[in-house]
Amino acid sequence: MAVELLKGNEAIAEAAIRAGLEAYFGYPITPQTEILEHMARRMPDLGRAFIQAESEVASINMVYGAACTGARAMTSSSSPGISLMQEGFSYIACSEVPCVVVDVMRGGPGLGNIDPSQADYFQVTRSAGHGDFHAIVLAPASVQEAIDLMVEAFDLAEKYRTLVFVVADGLLGQMMEPAQLPPMKPVHKNRPDWALTGAVNREPNIITSLELNAPALEEVNLRLQAKLAEIRKHEQRWAELWTDDAKLVVVGYGMSGRIAQTAVKQARREGMKVGLLRPISLWPFPEKRLSTLADQVDAFLVIEMNAGQMVDDVRLSAGGQVPVSFYGRMGGVVPVPEEIYHEITTLYEKLTSGE
Amino acid sequence: MTAVEALVEEQIVYQRPESLLEVPTHYCPGCTHGIAHRIVAEVLDELGVRERTIGVSPVGCSVLAYKYFNMDGAEAAHGRAPAMATGIKRVMPDHVVFTYQGDGDLAAIGIGEIIHTATRGENITTIFINNAIYGMTGGQMAPTTLPGQRTTSSVTGRDVETTGFPIRMAEMLAGMTGSAYVVRRSLHNVKEINRAKQAVRVAFQAQLAGLGFSMVELLSSCPTNWGMSAPEAMKWIEDNMVPYYPLGDYKVADAVQPLLKRK
Amino acid sequence: MHEEIIFAGFGGQGVMFVGQLLAYTALAEEKHVTWIPSYGPEMRGGTANCTVVVSDEPIGSPVCKHPSVAVIFNNPSLEKYEAMVTPGGLLVVNSSMMVHPPTRTDLEVVMLPATATASEIGDVRVSNMIMLGAMLIHRALVDRATVEHVLIEKLGTRKAHLQAINLTAFERGITLGQTQQASV
Ligand SMILES: Cc1ncc(C[n+]2csc(CCOP(=O)(O)OP(=O)(O)O)c2C)c(N)n1
Ligand code: SF4
Repeated sequence: MAVELLKGNEAIAEAAIRAGLEAYFGYPITPQTEILEHMARRMPDLGRAFIQAESEVASINMVYGAACTGARAMTSSSSPGISLMQEGFSYIACSEVPCVVVDVMRGGPGLGNIDPSQADYFQVTRSAGHGDFHAIVLAPASVQEAIDLMVEAFDLAEKYRTLVFVVADGLLGQMMEPAQLPPMKPVHKNRPDWALTGAVNREPNIITSLELNAPALEEVNLRLQAKLAEIRKHEQRWAELWTDDAKLVVVGYGMSGRIAQTAVKQARREGMKVGLLRPISLWPFPEKRLSTLADQVDAFLVIEMNAGQMVDDVRLSAGGQVPVSFYGRMGGVVPVPEEIYHEITTLYEKLTSGE
Repeated sequence: MTAVEALVEEQIVYQRPESLLEVPTHYCPGCTHGIAHRIVAEVLDELGVRERTIGVSPVGCSVLAYKYFNMDGAEAAHGRAPAMATGIKRVMPDHVVFTYQGDGDLAAIGIGEIIHTATRGENITTIFINNAIYGMTGGQMAPTTLPGQRTTSSVTGRDVETTGFPIRMAEMLAGMTGSAYVVRRSLHNVKEINRAKQAVRVAFQAQLAGLGFSMVELLSSCPTNWGMSAPEAMKWIEDNMVPYYPLGDYKVADAVQPLLKRK
Repeated sequence: MHEEIIFAGFGGQGVMFVGQLLAYTALAEEKHVTWIPSYGPEMRGGTANCTVVVSDEPIGSPVCKHPSVAVIFNNPSLEKYEAMVTPGGLLVVNSSMMVHPPTRTDLEVVMLPATATASEIGDVRVSNMIMLGAMLIHRALVDRATVEHVLIEKLGTRKAHLQAINLTAFERGITLGQTQQASV
């Protein structure tokens, strides 16, 4: 496959198709509409299912239905639409149906605007719906990574029978850069044994999130928690740069992690011992790596396009060993490397001037 | 004739359809949910499609319908069964997919989903249980509650000035171009039950023929929340519901006509 | 080499397209490149703009506060971006659309009547190619031949009729860029 100049949203859509996506359901919302449009162009030609649904509520329930048959199914939206889908996320999580959801986050709260944001961090990592559950959350920082993680998202969803979010911000969605798409995989015709395929020579399969008996529902919860513990153990992902001897480690995911990289590089050039840790899985959070780093560094600086939602995770991982500072922009404003560099130098001076 | 000989000569005239599991249901005495289940099961048996049928249960008294039907099933969120069924049908077009929904589920919280499913001509079948009340949550006003009807949330009777008028879903969905077959039947006596069953059969046949969306609205009883005995409830359907919700065929697409004659 | 270029003007001036053309060309030359439409700290407000970063190294931030090159198609964009260009950077200005000339003295400034020249050639819409041609004279980020090659490819058969006029405009931009010595 050749390297092409690809727009984030279109790359995400095409990567999903090539990963064997069998059904897409969605509703237009900026800044992710190119995903829906790409699906509208491609899916019917490939003989796969595409519906522009009447709402995000309908979209997620169509995904739920299609995924119940063992088909690879997904939807995509942006923040306000993700809020509407929460009911579905919770049902999907409880009934353990593999589904993939892309959230190209935009400025909020409310209708907000269509500019880039990361303000859905809590929503996707903590509170994607009622009840005790987490989804796997993957946050790419480049078009190539978005492609790779889309493919992986389907594998993870099926491996753990879980909901997987791929979260980007409007910047990544709209950006073009060189990237390589994977080869086309056919849709898999082998259905898992739990799927709704018709009760031929077997007992009926039932997919439900209802369990009226409290101890039995507690059992369901214990099973879900055990699965989440497995995911937490095995699926922490991150990237890091210049952390070996770092006194200060900047922590940022997605585009803010990438923007921070430019600032960190500048600081390094000027002899400051600064490193970068970019969480790729937001849930499970790369807590193992963060907590080892906490033994080594003097401080963490979190960079986000929100009011500091990831700070809690970094603090928990650091276990109170080192201070955690925060710099972020909100409402669709994208931080530039200069601002982050300024934060780094101010903090670094404080650290090295012997507190 | 000995007793044994008599047994041998006996013919089975009535038995549990294969499409129903041999389990007691949780429905109240005199509730017509059970009759509706039986009708659906008999039709699926007669059409020989049980093994390729997937049912979608609603939220409402029939939330556990998947425990009674002997086939693959899913339990949807409140009102979302048509969306879920759409997702299933689009990737399993050769399967028979149906939703079974109450009036709160279909005509209140899920009215958007059902309208769009109908207008897309989604090739699924909906069994719509109209009992003019929210059964499961204990008898609150439904979109189909009759004017003046007392419920726990319209204690002096439904006041149309403040709560609007009951929704006639069959008439509404018949207006959708994508609907192939939309009819209203009732379950209040044997004659009507037989007619209801025929309609359910046509609805599934329409789906099997790929003709588009089909819905059978069934006027149903909720003696528990209506505060009536079973016979009173049947009479109440006949006297009060049927006049407001006239029985009849509201949409029979041309392509469905031959199915009516075949019987 | 690492340049952060902002292209800014009105919608309809081919600002987005010319930015993408540069990005495609950079890719064809196996350089690192990012293209983003009107996003960043200073964006919005009726104008169309995009930022292209071209580099020999992997690109961190695709957004920048102080671009090293600004290619300015209209007066509002000049007012907005002149102050942001990094000292010693390049400012390419479409003089046909300017009310006031640029005032910065710490930049290389190239002024050229891109809109007037484009309508002379026969289509105002090709002013973008003129601007790109002139810019490349002062910042040789990519090869001219590659630009031409990629342009032809991107226009494809559907827009093949636009090939000649775009190529002519590009040539004119190059000539104008050469004669317009950058004033520093
Ligand atoms: C989102 C949501 N809101 C409310 C409920 C509570 N609820 C459960 S069943 C029901 C009404 C069901 O009434 P209907 O559809 O008429 O079915 P019936 O019980 O009469 O058969 C309601 C409001 C719910 N489960 N989910
Ligand atoms: S509450 Fe009403 S609808 Fe529900 S099972 Fe009892 S009688 Fe039937």
